[in-house]
This record gives sequence, C-alpha cells and structure tokens, in this order.
Amino acid sequence: MSLASSSLSSLRRKLVAGEISSREIVQDVIDQITTRDQDIGAFLSFDPDSVLSAADQVDLTLPLGGLPIGIKDNINVEGQPCTCGSKFLKEAFTSPYDATAITRLKGAGAIPFGRTNLDEFAMGSSTENSGLQTTHNPCAPGHIPGGSSGGSAAAVAGQLIPATLGSDTGGSIRQPASHCGVVGLKPSYGRVSRFGLVAFGSSLDQIGPLTRTVEDAALILNAIAGEDPRDSTSLDEPVPDYTDGLDRGVAGMKLGLPKEYFTDGISPQVRNRVEAAAKKLEAQGAEIVEISLPHTEYAVATYYIIAPAEASSNLSRFDGVRYGNRTDNPEDMLSLYKDSREAGFGSEVKRRIILGTYVLSSGYYDAYYLRAQKVRTLIRRDFEQAFEKVDAILTPVAPETAPKMGDATGDPLKHYLADIFTISANLAGNCGISVPLEPIDGKPVGLQILGPYLGEKEILRCARAVEADQ
Amino acid sequence: MADPHIDVRYVANLARINLSDDEVTRFSTQLEDVMGYIKKLGEVDVEGIEASTHPMIRSNRVRKDEPAPSLPAEGFLQNTPDQANGQLRVPKVVDA
Repeated sequence: MSLASSSLSSLRRKLVAGEISSREIVQDVIDQITTRDQDIGAFLSFDPDSVLSAADQVDLTLPLGGLPIGIKDNINVEGQPCTCGSKFLKEAFTSPYDATAITRLKGAGAIPFGRTNLDEFAMGSSTENSGLQTTHNPCAPGHIPGGSSGGSAAAVAGQLIPATLGSDTGGSIRQPASHCGVVGLKPSYGRVSRFGLVAFGSSLDQIGPLTRTVEDAALILNAIAGEDPRDSTSLDEPVPDYTDGLDRGVAGMKLGLPKEYFTDGISPQVRNRVEAAAKKLEAQGAEIVEISLPHTEYAVATYYIIAPAEASSNLSRFDGVRYGNRTDNPEDMLSLYKDSREAGFGSEVKRRIILGTYVLSSGYYDAYYLRAQKVRTLIRRDFEQAFEKVDAILTPVAPETAPKMGDATGDPLKHYLADIFTISANLAGNCGISVPLEPIDGKPVGLQILGPYLGEKEILRCARAVEADQ
Repeated sequence: MADPHIDVRYVANLARINLSDDEVTRFSTQLEDVMGYIKKLGEVDVEGIEASTHPMIRSNRVRKDEPAPSLPAEGFLQNTPDQANGQLRVPKVVDA
C-alpha cells in the first residue's frame, strides 16, 4: 500500500513512531499525481517545491503534523491560484490570504496540497461543468465522479492523496463521496468558518472533509471547526473532540428512515443497499423507525430558487474590475462588465445567475424568493420534529450510482432533480455524512446519515459503525 | 402561480452578462423547464410562516471593535487586471 493511499490516522502513527517522514508522504503524493492523475484529472495544479519545503518544517506534535490535504479550488490558500474551475479566474488570480479553514489546518500541522477540480464556482453535481478540466471517476471508468467536489473525491478514491477538503452547498461533498466510494462530511451550517471560501450560496455553503475513513473525517473536523470573528455566521459553540467515542457503536441509538425518500424515483438497488445497511445497524442494537419529512417534495424547487438567488448576488463581484479576466479594450464600463462575464463564465453559471436574477427581480420576488424562504422554514421544521423522535436519519445520497459522463448534459432540470436527497440538509442547516456501502455492480454507493444541528458526533459514530461492518 | 416566461435577454442585461443568440434560445427553453417545475411551490400553504434567510436565526453578531492589521493594498491590487498609482483603472465613467 502506498503512503498516498493510506489513511491520515495510520500515517500519523507511523510519523510519530519515526517509521516514515512527512517528506516521504508528500513525495509519494507528488509521484502518484505525476504518474496517474492524467487519467483521473483530479488536480488542477500543485506546487511541488512549496509542499516539499513545508514537509521539511513540520511539527509532529500537532494533531495533523506533516499530513498533506488536497484543497478544492474554491478555498483560498495564500500564494496559490484559486480558479473555482472557471476561465474567469484561470491564470488571473493568486490568493492574497488563507481561508480560515486553511489557517486552522496549517495550525494543526497539515500541509495544504494543490488544487482539486470542481464544477465551475461549485455549481453542478458532476464536475462536468468545470471550465478547465474533465475529472473521471477512478472507481467507475466512463462515469462522472459526482460534484461539485468531484476532484476532491476522485483524488482520495484514486489513491492520489489521503484526504481533501471540499465544500457542500447542496450535496457537493456527500454526493461525490458516494459516487467515488469515500467518506464525505458536511458539517452543520456555521460549524466551520466560510471566510476565504469563494461564496456560492452564503446561507447554504459549508467546508468539510473527504477522507478514506470516518476517523479521518473526525480528525479534520477537529482542526477546522470553531468560531471565527471573520465569519459572523460561524457558531460560538464549543468544539468537542470528534474522535472521542467514535467506536461506541449504535446500541440504543434511534435511527429514522424517512418514507418520502423511498419512492419510485430511487433505483431498486440503491434502495436495497440503504435498507440492508439499516438492518445491519439494527442488528448492532439500533432501533430503526419510519419517520416523515413531509415537505421533501418541495426541497428541489426551494433550493433552485434560493441557491441561484444567492449566487447571482455573490457572483456580481466577478465583474472584470478588481480581479479575474477583463475583456480587451472595452468601450465603456457596461461593456467591460458584460463582455468580461460573457467570456469568463460557462453555461451553467450563466444559467444560474439568470435564474437567480429573475427570481429576485421586481414583481417576482414575493412569488418566488420570499415563498421559497417560507417553505425553507417548513423544511427546517420537518427536521426539528423528526429529530425529536430519532438521533439520526438514514437515507440514500443519490437516486442512482454515478451516471455515465454526458448523460444529463443539456438537461439541467434532470441534473437538479437528482439532488433531492442532499439539498434538504443545506436548507435546514443540519449535518450529514456519506459513508461507503457495498458497491453495486462494481460502482460505489454511499449511505447518507443526517444528524440534527451540531449532531456531528452522533453521525460520525453511526458512520463508524457502518464502516466497521463492511 | 402563472406559467412563467423568462425574457432571458432582458434578465441577462440586469445581470450584466452578454449572451449569444444561441444561448438565449437554449437558456429560454431550459429555464422555462426549471421554472415550470418550481411552480409547484405554489401548492404549499405558507400563510403565517416566517421566512428563513439562514438555517439558524441568530441576531446580528459583531466582533470586538479592536484595531488589527488588514491586508496591505498590494494584496488587493495583485490580481487587478489594470491599475495605476495604487488604484484600479477602468474606462471613463463620467464625461467631463
């Protein structure tokens, strides 16, 4: 087993025992990417000199000392590019500062390593919307890796690096984790600072880890969670040790299966896997109960008003004035904005900006945006009521295993509808994790475990029980 | 809700994006599909329900008002497509 294909926790044990050095790990990651990433396309860029030099200065007393972690290319790392998978920022932007999650990773001794591919500005669920590169699913050739954190998932699944950071606005960590057979955790809204994450949907976005094991996800969350004076939506709640109690098992836990998630829209094989996982947890002492999340059928419609509305506002900053590519010889300011944005943005980004601008425009605001915000309240209440009865909720991550590349191109609505099982957690703000189950015809599939607000410990413990039983 | 019709070119102008004729045609069909689906929110009874702007309703939280170093001007300007004298340069906005 190569160092790059090991877990963070096992590498840490070897580092502390003096059996290996951080330089050897980082060198192996460089070698793996150099020899194999042309077939996967997970990384957009990395700087070998800076990571090797960081590896020579590590502090092994720190919890992530000497461990390389790949970074989705929408999280700022000082001195590195941040393209967001967009032509708008390609070769036109170097981050002047670190995102808080990066400051904290560095503070825990980790080495931020390179930039992983994504759907442009994190808009998409296949990574096919990247304006810069195609990423392949290393576990299912010819299929998408999922998205938008497809590069981060493929990097771990392709055994290029032990762990990565992604961001999740509507499932962008959990869904690629499921399609690639790795662990992906979306923390509760506000658990991790968004400072330095390029904003897509500000009331939905969260940074989180994609890892090989549940314990590794807990290790990274330990490092990046916590209040940040630079993000007024970060929570001033204490950060527990998320690795503590991981192996306590699920005996006595009450787990819910929401009836609205098991409908005709889901493939029978995915359904079987999720139900089989629930049975195994039951055999380990959990109580499985049916629950109801009655507003589930409105989640996609609600999300595709709120997320594009927030995106249209957030992406107005990409105007060709302060950063990014500017059109040559604009006639006036208006043509500078309009031509720079036309040339820089891909189709999905343009579509969502237009959709968002439309639902916010005069005469439509109340009918669409305000109504969606009210339905959002109802979706949140569904979860609050469900979590009065259960400790966590078990669901599929996506209706099917990874689709073939190009399957939904040209039909955005089809793509959007496949987000049904993940977006509610972003609307409600609670946490969720995808943990791998037994593959279906060789293709990975994950179980989603949703927890209450700040219920990360419960879902990690439950995910660990699923992992241990595989 | 009525059947939505999006004047894509008009909205794109509000969003300050030029679109090709082909994009206007394509986006019109695709976005009317999406809006046709979104229409189903009209079924939900939202009478008396408050709107959620965020998952957690918290009052405005502010950090301590203490002086601290901020990013130097060079940091802001290092990615600027065009600059002069430590400032952003853009086409003339107001005629003399």
